[in-house]
Amino acid sequence: MELKSEYMRTEEKVIFALRELYSKYGYAQFKMSKFEEYDLYVKNKDFLVSDSVITFNDTNGRLMALKPDVTLSIIKNSAETENVQKLYYNENVYRVSKNTHSFKEIMQTGLECIGSLDTYNICEVVTLAAKSLCAISENFVLDISHMGLISSVLDGIDVDIKKQILQYISEKNTHDLVALCEKENIDSSIIVALVNVSGTSEEIKQKLAAIPFGENSKDAIEEINTVADIITSLPENNKIHFDFSIVNDMNYYSGIVFKGYIEGIPTGILSGGRYDLLMSKMGKKTGAIGFAVYLDFLERFMEETKEYDTDILLLYNDTDRLSEVLKTVDTLTSQGSRVLAETSVPEGLKYKTLLRFE
Amino acid sequence: MDNYINIALPKGRLGEKVYDMFERAGYPCPSIKENNRKLIFENPEKQVRYFWVKPSDVAIYVERGAADIGVAGKDILLEYEPDIYELLDLDLGKCRMAVAAKESFRDNTDKTLRVATKFVNITKKYYAGKSRDIDVVKLNGSIEIAPILGLSDVIVDIVETGTTLKENNLKVFETIVPISARLIANKSSYKFKADKITNIRAKLSEQVIKND
Repeated sequence: MELKSEYMRTEEKVIFALRELYSKYGYAQFKMSKFEEYDLYVKNKDFLVSDSVITFNDTNGRLMALKPDVTLSIIKNSAETENVQKLYYNENVYRVSKNTHSFKEIMQTGLECIGSLDTYNICEVVTLAAKSLCAISENFVLDISHMGLISSVLDGIDVDIKKQILQYISEKNTHDLVALCEKENIDSSIIVALVNVSGTSEEIKQKLAAIPFGENSKDAIEEINTVADIITSLPENNKIHFDFSIVNDMNYYSGIVFKGYIEGIPTGILSGGRYDLLMSKMGKKTGAIGFAVYLDFLERFMEETKEYDTDILLLYNDTDRLSEVLKTVDTLTSQGSRVLAETSVPEGLKYKTLLRFE
Repeated sequence: MDNYINIALPKGRLGEKVYDMFERAGYPCPSIKENNRKLIFENPEKQVRYFWVKPSDVAIYVERGAADIGVAGKDILLEYEPDIYELLDLDLGKCRMAVAAKESFRDNTDKTLRVATKFVNITKKYYAGKSRDIDVVKLNGSIEIAPILGLSDVIVDIVETGTTLKENNLKVFETIVPISARLIANKSSYKFKADKITNIRAKLSEQVIKND
């Protein structure tokens, strides 16, 4: 079967491109059921982007949920082996949209790399994140941050205040950040420096070296420098930036985290990172890193309104020889035209040519 | 896609003040001063496009990318919680979010507190932080009237000078948070128009310091 790309929607093209990309790098597809026991989400509520979950009772009375998230299910089912497991998925998830306060079906594709991770694994996932964005558009930016570094800087601060500071960091809101720190007698200088520092993989090493981090930040900085050195050789390197205003939940994410943006799409469409803390919360001893690409925004992106609903509108009568009508349609379509056969002109239809069957 | 920087300004006196700051920052658009009913103004030379929107809608325009940057009150940002960058406190339109009530009011913690407000989210969060059970009465205007008519015990609203409160025999009991106008940016636009946006931020920031 030959597929013509003109009949494929943007998100379908992207799905195929991503599937090819992940398969080429040795990731196996992980196909899931749409349902999961609700219990799994109750235990890890904060990991979910939205609190609300669609629930229903199974035939044997168990409380089930329509998946709001794929990562938790993959971790739950992951075996603890010596090797690193590489998996990708393409699933629909069900979440409450903040703007409409109603449930929305979101198409998501992504990958997870689970096991005893080494630096290569981390760099590979970052590379695949960049390549995933590139498959959608050349005008992308991948922002990399490090939750370990942010955690180390905020070490020792009261939980509620830490949460508020994290919020300000994600908004690049240094004015409120400084005001809060002053009120709470916290030295804000390093936090503010961290929010303001950004740059390419070549620049970031020097820029970070200029900030007087404490001893507890050493490991994180070392990891950032190692990853930065390695990804410098990537062809997509000029579109990868380090930006420490990218934050994920500190209770789940521990290392490198990242977010991807496409020019023309108002929100981030790729999000991921290393979530060893979630793994240990779920009783797994290994590490894990992964990301998801949200495909629902692509519908609006590169939207071309078709000029015509059909190339040829073929009008026929009931009294015509229908086998001949069918044959004509077949001939016209095989010549590459889109044909709509009707007995009368549908209201509001735009067609290129009108043919009457004779 | 054009390279214009799209700026959403809040309609009204504050918006005009803010526009003047943008003009001094090197992004003028003279047609905006013409007295007409147009809502969108462009300056092709500076590649800048301004539009006037309802103040409470600025955050939505920016979050959804119809505007790259905009100026919104902190009250709107706290209420709506948009996913945006908040780049600068412009130190304009200063006021505070406060709890006010009749002068004779005394808080009874043995009862559910009835609170009238336009800012439901801010109110809920504030009282949740105090573990206080409240009954929110959402109103869209003339909030001051609620305690007088017995519709609510207290109100949560923006207080600028306190004149309206005083004239209605109300007084401020607690300040929740100080409010002022903030420069906000769409997160995705910030990545792709970084030079322009950081330049605007810097130029506006210089003017804020001068105001002090």
